[in-house]
Amino acid sequence: MRILSLAGRRLAASIPTLFLILIGVFLLLQLAPGDTVDALMAQMGGGDAATAEALRKFYGLDLSVPAQLGNYLWHLVRLDLGFSSIYGKPVATVILERLPPTILLMTASLSFAFFFGLVFGVIASRGVNRWPDTLISTLGLIFYATPSFWFGLMAIVVFSVYLQWLPPGGFEDIGTVQTGIWRVLDIAAHLVLPTLTLGLIFLAIYLRIMRASMLEVLNLDFVRTARAKGLDETHVITRHVLRNALLPMVTLIGLQAGTMLGGSVVVESVFSLPGLGRLAYESVVQRDLNTLLGIVFVSALLVISVNFVVDLLYARLDPRIAAEG
Amino acid sequence: MDLSRLEINRRTALLTSAAIAANVINPMRAFAQETPRKGGVFNVHYGAEQRQLNPSIQASTGVYIIGGKIQENLVDLDANGQPVGVLAESWEATPDGKTVTFKLRKGITWHDGKPFTSEDVAFTAMNMWKKILNYGSTLQLFLTAVDTPDPQTAIFRYERPMPLNLLLRALPDLGYVSAKHLYESGDIRQNPTNLAPVGTGPFKFVKYERGQYIIADRNPDYWRPNAPYLDRIVWKVITDRAAAAAQMEAGELHYSPFSGLTISDMARLGKDKRFIVSTKGNEGNARTNTIEFNFRRKELSDIRVRRAIAHAINVPFFIDNFLGDFAKLGTGPIPSTSTDFYPGPNTPQYPYDKAKAIALLDEAGFKASGGNRFALKLLPAPWGEDISLWSTFIQQSLGEVGIQVDIVRNDGGGFLKQVYDDHAFDLATGWHQYRNDPAVSTTVWYRSGQPKGAPWTNQWGWEDKTVDATIDNAATEVDPAKRKALYADFVKEVNTELPVWMPIEQIFVTVITAKARNHSNTPRWGSASWHDLWLSA
Repeated sequence: MRILSLAGRRLAASIPTLFLILIGVFLLLQLAPGDTVDALMAQMGGGDAATAEALRKFYGLDLSVPAQLGNYLWHLVRLDLGFSSIYGKPVATVILERLPPTILLMTASLSFAFFFGLVFGVIASRGVNRWPDTLISTLGLIFYATPSFWFGLMAIVVFSVYLQWLPPGGFEDIGTVQTGIWRVLDIAAHLVLPTLTLGLIFLAIYLRIMRASMLEVLNLDFVRTARAKGLDETHVITRHVLRNALLPMVTLIGLQAGTMLGGSVVVESVFSLPGLGRLAYESVVQRDLNTLLGIVFVSALLVISVNFVVDLLYARLDPRIAAEG
Repeated sequence: MDLSRLEINRRTALLTSAAIAANVINPMRAFAQETPRKGGVFNVHYGAEQRQLNPSIQASTGVYIIGGKIQENLVDLDANGQPVGVLAESWEATPDGKTVTFKLRKGITWHDGKPFTSEDVAFTAMNMWKKILNYGSTLQLFLTAVDTPDPQTAIFRYERPMPLNLLLRALPDLGYVSAKHLYESGDIRQNPTNLAPVGTGPFKFVKYERGQYIIADRNPDYWRPNAPYLDRIVWKVITDRAAAAAQMEAGELHYSPFSGLTISDMARLGKDKRFIVSTKGNEGNARTNTIEFNFRRKELSDIRVRRAIAHAINVPFFIDNFLGDFAKLGTGPIPSTSTDFYPGPNTPQYPYDKAKAIALLDEAGFKASGGNRFALKLLPAPWGEDISLWSTFIQQSLGEVGIQVDIVRNDGGGFLKQVYDDHAFDLATGWHQYRNDPAVSTTVWYRSGQPKGAPWTNQWGWEDKTVDATIDNAATEVDPAKRKALYADFVKEVNTELPVWMPIEQIFVTVITAKARNHSNTPRWGSASWHDLWLSA
């Protein structure tokens, strides 16, 4: 119950921010030359002025900018995200269809990056300035410096074109209809390469952060005390150091949940996954204002909820931090 | 300077392109005797999703590549580029050109089982082609009624003469028929059938998963005997060109249409025996690269400056080094692939001549001070790699004669708005699409009086009464020979005045698996129905 009321208060506090973000995005998009009809004309390969005028009316673009914004906000207050001009369906439906692949990809790569970042970070900090540390840190640097589209394409070339172990793209196999566990396995196989591609860059960050914060905590007084009590090294690391060193990692997860949504445009395009990143990109190019605002809205909600969970986790990890804060 | 290239006559030009085509499709000959094999799934690269799939209301390759297999047109083009009946069996026009009668094929049904009749043609023509379809609305501007005396006869009545050869060359693209019974109530643009098309074609729509794929299955009741051969077509949405090339290599895709891969990937796959890379089958989708001049800039309103700019650019060098076999030197708005209208290369041309360019600029009074005469803003369209390369090449070429060029890049919507509506450009460069007859989408680039904001039209602030008169006369001239002569005059006139310069000709490039048979056998094959396409084992 306490958590629920806390969640409610957090959400209420973020409503003004949400509105500011939406109005900002709306106004920013007005600055971009061209509207959704120009984009449609570009796609169609041209058309006469009468067609364009009829289309502007059809998409509600004949109204003034303040009237359009007012309309949008009035619909939003009633939890109506409006109609998508590229999809011809309600924005909420479009986003709901795209949400599962995005969330799947995001959680898979975040978990991958978090878990291996933690393990490698600990190993590196234990052997600081010796070969395990040098090896891990160099690898991390390479992962971080490589553009993800290149990683993705190379992964496709190696694992799909030459070795033919994994599918080169798509969310699931279209050729055969699968159900139950087979479908799950099929989707999992399709997600291996995108997860690795997206996860590797984050892995590099996580392992650097983990290494640094381990080294910092290892030098604190209570570690010396624990060692002086005669605890064995494994015990000191897992019970005393790791738990304290995790705090910056958890902060990072909260921050990166948002970045991951945007960062996946590249990975989704390379692996032809139907996710939110590609939808957002398409909405910008096609000037589909309603869809773009809808995505901003949903992403903002996602970031707010992830940060809320992160706050709760802080309290779990370090009882000195109260969740009410 | 490369004068020899300009002296090629039409015959050698055609022979050369035929030789290139024959060279590329050579591997097919060995299989000429094979018996067609039924079955198989054909996977197609779909690069840019459209908002809907009905070709009766949107004329673009992105729609034809799917809708063209499900819905059919009245007429299509045969292997020699001549009109051949599809839903229409025969046609005739009255001598005054104001009435065109189509006899329709009997016994054709829609995929939902209802019979196809002249009512469908009349409904589509009056409500879709005339009112909604881009380019259709211009073509059918003077269409007053379509009479249906019986289910197999549709009589098109025009207020002004409609040249039959124009109509027949426009209808393959602008003549797809939709079912009246599915569209007669409600707003046509919002009709759900647009995303789940119903037609008379060889393939039946099955499923569209946005952002992922579209599936169509063989139509067992198709009217052509023994057709189609394929069991299923799957269009896979892949926006990343490099990823699409990798999927071709992994065997997940059979066909990437309309230059869908990067230039380097197309060149690379062309050397791979598993693929055929060719411009064949795309002759009906010719395009030219443009340089568009804004006459509102006083420098550009001087004809000597426009000619100097054309002379300053070494086009053959650019083609040889950047576009390779996929492009050739252009000679104006009507490309050499258009056998019916190409006037030959003996119209005013502007070969590379730096000294002449400098002399012209000096003569116009724009002297170089500190190496610089004046600065221009160049807006390249974002449609293809070639345009991006071409704009940089223009920038560097003009820099050498003292014109500083600043490139301003936009996305599609932004480009159209800035060039054709806001006129916020000095030079623009993109593609002019030639659609088999100059009256469809070419003359609008030059005819004055285009409404502001209409993309790919004369928005240059340029007007020429002689050119306007030639264009108008040609559009209603019923005699094919006279029409051709009028369009030759038109090319001479616009190449002299040079409001737009079109110095490069390109045809889309097809990348297809070597297992495909009966492919690329018509000039608009990517858009065609694929009723005879099959895959060898």
